[in-house]
Amino acid sequence: MRINRTAAIILGTISSFVMAIVYLPLFIVLINSFNKSMNMDWPPPGFTITWWEKAFGSGGLIAALSTSIVIAICASTIALLLGTLLAIALSRYKFFGKESVGLMVILPIALPGIVTGLALNNAFRTVLGMQLSMATVIVAHATFCIVTVYNNVLARLSRTNRNLEDASADLGAGIFTTFRLVTLPQIGSALIAGGLLAFALSFDEIIVTTFTAGSGVETLPIWIMNNMFRPGKAPVVDVVAVTTVLISIVPLYFANRLTREEK
Amino acid sequence: MTKNSAVAGEDFPSTPARRISSYLYKNAKVRLRLLIAAPVFWLGLVYIAALVMLLITAFWTVDEFTGNTKVNWNIDNIVSLFTDPLYTKVTLRTIGIALAVTVVDILLALPIAFFMSKVAGPKLRNILAISVLLPLWASYLVKAYAWRSVLSNTGVLEWILKPLGLQTPGYSLFGAAITLGYMWLPYVILPIYGGLEKVPSNLLEASSDLGAKTFTTVRKVIFPIILPSIIAGSIFAFSLTLGDYITINIVGGPNQMLGNLIYTNVGTANNLPMAAALALIPIGIMFAYLGAVKRTGALNNL
Repeated sequence: MRINRTAAIILGTISSFVMAIVYLPLFIVLINSFNKSMNMDWPPPGFTITWWEKAFGSGGLIAALSTSIVIAICASTIALLLGTLLAIALSRYKFFGKESVGLMVILPIALPGIVTGLALNNAFRTVLGMQLSMATVIVAHATFCIVTVYNNVLARLSRTNRNLEDASADLGAGIFTTFRLVTLPQIGSALIAGGLLAFALSFDEIIVTTFTAGSGVETLPIWIMNNMFRPGKAPVVDVVAVTTVLISIVPLYFANRLTREEK
Repeated sequence: MTKNSAVAGEDFPSTPARRISSYLYKNAKVRLRLLIAAPVFWLGLVYIAALVMLLITAFWTVDEFTGNTKVNWNIDNIVSLFTDPLYTKVTLRTIGIALAVTVVDILLALPIAFFMSKVAGPKLRNILAISVLLPLWASYLVKAYAWRSVLSNTGVLEWILKPLGLQTPGYSLFGAAITLGYMWLPYVILPIYGGLEKVPSNLLEASSDLGAKTFTTVRKVIFPIILPSIIAGSIFAFSLTLGDYITINIVGGPNQMLGNLIYTNVGTANNLPMAAALALIPIGIMFAYLGAVKRTGALNNL
C-alpha cells in the first residue's frame, strides 16, 4: 500500500497537533509550580521556588508518599504471585471454564473503578462487618493489578518455546527445577515489567482507594485531592504533581525497556 | 512427553520435593488445580462475590434510625432509578458524555495510530510510542488538575482564545468532556496501534497489487482487522467515563455525573443500597457491551 505525500502530511500534522495538546497541560503544571501567582494566573506574573520548599517541608506529604509506596509494594507483590499463576494456568492448560476465568481477570479494569470500589466497600463494611483500613486498600489494589501482571506474563509465555521445558524434563529435572531454571529466566523481564506497571497503577489510583481506605489512611492521590481545593495550596499541589510524574516515569521507563528488548 | 523420564529413586535420591515433583509431573489435573486455586479463590471471593453482594444490596434498604443497611427486600431503589427525574437526567447525561468522549477519542486515535505504524520510520515510531505511553502514567489527578488550570478564567486557554474573540469553556460539562477525552486518549491509541502493527504488510501489498486504492485498502483490509482493537480502546474510554466522579468535580463546575450520585449516596447520604442500585447502571451497560463485543475478540486486545 502506498501512502501518498499529502495523506502522510495530513496524518503527521494531526498527530503532532494532538501530541502537542497532550503535553501542553503537563508543561503548564510544571511552569505553574514556579508561578508566583497563587491562582495559576496566566501568563505568570513572576517565578518563585517557594512552593517547592513548602512542599518538601510538609510532614503530611511525606507520610502520604510513604503510605502510597507501602500499599503499591504490597499490592503489586500479591498481583505478581496471582497473575503469574493464572497466566501459566491459562497458557499451558485447556480446561472447563477457562473463558470465564479469563473474563474474571479483566473485569476489575473493564468495569468502572467506582463499581469496583463500591462493591468492595460494601463487601468489607456491610457483609464482613470490617473496618476500612490500609489492608482493605491493599486487597482492592491487588485485585485490579492482577491483570497487568497476567497480561505481561501471558504475552511472554505465548512466545516462549515449550520444547525447552520438555527437554528439561527429559533431562531429569523435576517441575520445580524446570520452573526455576528454564521458565523463570524466560518470563523474568515480563514479571518485572508487569510488576512495575502494577506498582504505577496502584501508586496513582484514587477512585477505588477513596472507597476502600479507612479514615486515617491518606495515600498521595488522596492528599492531592484533599489539598487541591484548599486556598493557597494549589501551587504546592503543582509541585507534587510534577514530582509524581517524575516518579512514575522511572518504573515506566524500565518496564518499557524490558518489554521492548525481547522483540 | 508421556512418561516418567525423571524416574524418582533410580537416578536421583528420593527427597520429598522430588516425590512431590514427580507426582505433579504425572498429574496434570492436580498441577492445574494448584495453579489456579489461589487466583481464582481471590478473584472469586474478593471480586465476584463482592459484585454479587452489591447486586443484592440494591434490593435492601437503610434503617432510618441507625443508618445501617437493613435486610428488607424491596425494589424501591431500582424503581427510583427510572422514575426519579434527577437519576434519569444524570444517567442520560453520563451516557451521552461517555459516548461523545469515546467517539472523539477513536477519531483522534485512528490517524495517530495510523501515522505511528504506517508512516513514521522506526526511530520516530519509538519516540511516538513512548510519548503516547508517558502521559498514561502521569497521575490521573495531575491531568485533571492540569486541565483545571488550563480551563481557568485566568488560565492559558482564555489567554489563547481571547485574541480570537472566544473564551474558555471554563468549569462546565464541556470542560469535563474535554478533560475526560484527554485522559483516556492514550488508552484508545495504544490498542489501535497494537492492532495496526499486527496487520501483515504483504496483505496490504496484495490489496494494492489487485488494484485497490489506499482508501479502499484501509476500508476493506485494515479496518476489519483492527476493529477488535478499536473496540478494546472504546471499552476503556467508555467504562472509565461512565464511572468517573472526580474529573467532573475538578473541572465540571456544579454539574454531576452518575459517579457523583453513587459517591454521595455512600458518603453524605449514607444510603449504600441506593448507591448499589445506581451502580447497577454502569454494570449493566458494561456487561451488555462486553457481551456484544465478545465475539469480535476485542477482549483479548485489552
